[in-house]
Amino acid sequence: MKVILKVWRQNNAESQGAFETYPVENVSGDMSFFEMMDMLNDQLVLAGKTPIAFDHDCREGICGTCGLFINGRAHGKIRGITTCQLHMRSFEDGETIVVEPWRAKAFPVIKDLIVERTSFDRIMEAGGYVSVKTGGTPDANAIPIAKRNAEEAMDAASCIGCAACVATCKNSSAMLFVAAKVSQLALLPQGQPERVERALNMIAAMDEEGFGNCTNTGACEIECPKEISISHIGRLNREFLKASLKG
Amino acid sequence: MLNNKIPLGPLAEKWTNHKFSSKLVNPSNKRKYDIIIVGTGLAGASAAASLAELGYNVQAFSYHESPRRAHSIAAQGGINAAKNYPNDSDSIYRLFYDTIKGGDYRSREANVYRLAEVSNNIIDQCVAQGIPFAREYGGLLDNRSFGGAQVSRTFYARGQTGQQLLLGAYSALVRQMNTGQVKFHSRHEMLDLVLIDGEAKGIVTRNLITGEIQSHAANAVVLATGGYGNAFFLSTNAMASNATAAWRAHKKGAFFANPCITQIHPTCIPVASSHQSKLTLMSESLRNDGRVWVPKKKGDKRHPSEISEDERDYYLERLYPSFGNLVPRDVASRRAKEMCDMGHGVGETGLAVFLDFEDAIERMGKDVVVQKYGNLFDMYKQITGEDPYEIPMRIYPAVHYTMGGLWVDYNLMSTIPGLYILGEANFSDHGANRLGASALMQGLADGYFILPYTIGDYLSGKLGEKASVDNDAFSKTETDVKNRIENLLSINGNRTVDDIHKELGLILWENVGMARNKSGLEKAIESIPKLKDEFWKNVKVTGTADELNPELEKAGRVADFLELGELMARDALNREESCGGHFREEHQTEENEAKRNDEEFSYVAAWEHKGDDLTAKLHKEELVFENVELTTRSYK
Ligand SMILES: Cc1cc2nc3c(=O)[nH]c(=O)nc-3n(C[C@H](O)[C@H](O)[C@H](O)COP(=O)(O)OP(=O)(O)OC[C@H]3O[C@@H](n4cnc5c(N)ncnc54)[C@H](O)[C@@H]3O)c2cc1C
Ligand code: SF4
Ligand code: FES
Repeated sequence: MKVILKVWRQNNAESQGAFETYPVENVSGDMSFFEMMDMLNDQLVLAGKTPIAFDHDCREGICGTCGLFINGRAHGKIRGITTCQLHMRSFEDGETIVVEPWRAKAFPVIKDLIVERTSFDRIMEAGGYVSVKTGGTPDANAIPIAKRNAEEAMDAASCIGCAACVATCKNSSAMLFVAAKVSQLALLPQGQPERVERALNMIAAMDEEGFGNCTNTGACEIECPKEISISHIGRLNREFLKASLKG
Repeated sequence: MLNNKIPLGPLAEKWTNHKFSSKLVNPSNKRKYDIIIVGTGLAGASAAASLAELGYNVQAFSYHESPRRAHSIAAQGGINAAKNYPNDSDSIYRLFYDTIKGGDYRSREANVYRLAEVSNNIIDQCVAQGIPFAREYGGLLDNRSFGGAQVSRTFYARGQTGQQLLLGAYSALVRQMNTGQVKFHSRHEMLDLVLIDGEAKGIVTRNLITGEIQSHAANAVVLATGGYGNAFFLSTNAMASNATAAWRAHKKGAFFANPCITQIHPTCIPVASSHQSKLTLMSESLRNDGRVWVPKKKGDKRHPSEISEDERDYYLERLYPSFGNLVPRDVASRRAKEMCDMGHGVGETGLAVFLDFEDAIERMGKDVVVQKYGNLFDMYKQITGEDPYEIPMRIYPAVHYTMGGLWVDYNLMSTIPGLYILGEANFSDHGANRLGASALMQGLADGYFILPYTIGDYLSGKLGEKASVDNDAFSKTETDVKNRIENLLSINGNRTVDDIHKELGLILWENVGMARNKSGLEKAIESIPKLKDEFWKNVKVTGTADELNPELEKAGRVADFLELGELMARDALNREESCGGHFREEHQTEENEAKRNDEEFSYVAAWEHKGDDLTAKLHKEELVFENVELTTRSYK
């Protein structure tokens, strides 16, 4: 099959970007979207042109490195997958595919389709952990945890930090990402001692990084490749409220 | 001479004695030491956090945007420990024994015993961090079994154990980043190691966004940079995983141990097209409940549902009645290849075997199967377009893990003083074959519980000896790095980096892959240097040095793979025996099992770089077995 790519090109953070169009021939449905991009990039290199820069690494939906806006949808139109898991069999022969980077104030474009998401690390630094040192911890079975809670904590912990939720949100809010971590630790006994500070500090860090407010549109949940539920945002709000009252 | 520094005394007391006799750094002096850690996967992140907690100043580097992107994130199946929670007769000694035996007796007793010993601390640590491991209804931790063991000792977090462990280590790391005890340099690639008076004193990096070349000095350097499976181009590793840090260190004097010993994982999704960029693993845990089979009739292309029970060959259950589908990886992989070579392979290419869950679904119910393996089944369906609840999965072996790596002594120090190697990047604990769920264990053991105890022994005498980046050694290394980059950019030939990398991969897969023989290896030793010449004459790298340039990054890595590839073939040719993942066709039993030669090859092959145009020199570290008896591995 053949597709026409309309891709965002931008030299670096300072430069103005623009769309460029590339027809790509001999695409097979079994190729992943990135394998199609690899093929195009090889052709560009051989023609002496600059290949399209895009972020990716594991190519199996777990590292959270990839993330493209494809035809206006974060990670493409299929639910529950990342961009690297998208296959060309999901597109029509002759289709025009518009490819853009994540767009949010807190994620500057560094080249073409690559953005900088270190703001997520800084939010984590503000409290996305249990303060334990290496060594001196109790036996792993010393604290039983209800399977139900462990499972729900695991649902939240599945977040891969891809930032599709932010890219999709009209307010560029990072609430789903923050909620996933706060909720995971709030559900577990290990997270209790720092529960109050964690919610306050992570939200403060999020505001400081320039992410917007959550107005409960629910778009994030739909685009999240790990299908993290917005019920975690509900829990985060309750945590935050309780914490603000105490704090 | 190689001194492995294995402490004296009975096996079970060595580590305790060693910790006691190692020199300590006074708590108030720790802040006077700078330590560079390259790589923040499981091994690097756990080490960086633990050393910072002790008070050392840590500079951590990764070519990734965030530590959370490291390839450790992709580990699916689980992590071993000798907790014996299921009461099925596990113990530290049994985990030690299984690992030594699984490694086909090519690892050190003392290292493996220590690994088993600290395994339990790792689980305690991870639970304390809030890692949501799988639990039973009573609220206690659940275990499952894995290949190469007859007890259930594997802890897991759905099919995302590596993700959860890495996020745990990452959380400990960000806590230290927040206090400033760790300075993390994201998107910085180490391109060379700097030695002063023969000791590791710093590194030279390239800022991947701006292209800036920078020097960093410290009292010691730690590499936790992962494995080199991507030498084969196609592997289950992440796209960027590479050997550059290890290879640069090797060229500066760190010996490379057992480079030919690589692991081919039996359960991966088969190659679909020539555009394939990577292979996807289906966790080995699937072999707990799935049954592997091929049609008895050669070339049988019928739909599997039309092939009746008596027309199927459950060859692992037939050949290995006591371990069945749970034989170690090397055995399972080789048998799959053999079945396909004999014409029993399935699917369009004939390079695949079935992994069938029909019985499991009947026995446990679909709900339980969904709960245990749901995400793996979904992943399979997304990639192949087939539904494994309806039709058996097709699987084929793929390159997965490298047991070889930089040589280290018991303290995890390489042959360069002050240079430590952790995680998959070292060769230490898995011998000729790594058991499932043991890499995560080893990476975290190295980072949380071993290096923090052993590094003090080296540092304690060196207070105030921190190097300065003003030393000539740094500017000289910077110049070398810049020249190499200029070279790569100036060739302007007509082959892409990937094109040459794929050719290398094919040479390695065919000659240094699942089965090796003398003539194939000699062919590889001849053709790889030619391909290296071709690379340096004819590669095309676009763009400039002072911008984000992924083609340039790849080019530097492939240049190193080309050199490492040759050493892999040389090592394989030298090792005239079969052991674990290294199968020499000339050395097999009548039943086609690996035939070791303990008389002559019970050693670690540690290679010393002698110069670009000279052959590497072999050093042997004899392996001494005082506690286990060397037997032929049998999984029958
Ligand atoms: C698909 C898959 C599934 C697996 N499943 C399991 C499992 O179930 N159980 C198990 O025990 N093991 C498993 N393994 C193996 C295990 O995941 C790895 O061996 C282990 O995670 C390696 O950890 P590491 O810290 O050594 O390296 P990595 O996690 O690979 O980290 C390497 C780090 O080094 C950095 N780096 C490398 N080179 C440079 C450089 N030059 N400059 C700067 N930074 C650099 C990278 O950025 C990264 O931070 C699996 C492996 C794969 C591929
Ligand atoms: S919540 Fe979902 S969309 Fe947001 S970062 Fe996590 S995985 Fe990505
Ligand atoms: S490349 Fe890792 S999630 Fe897509």
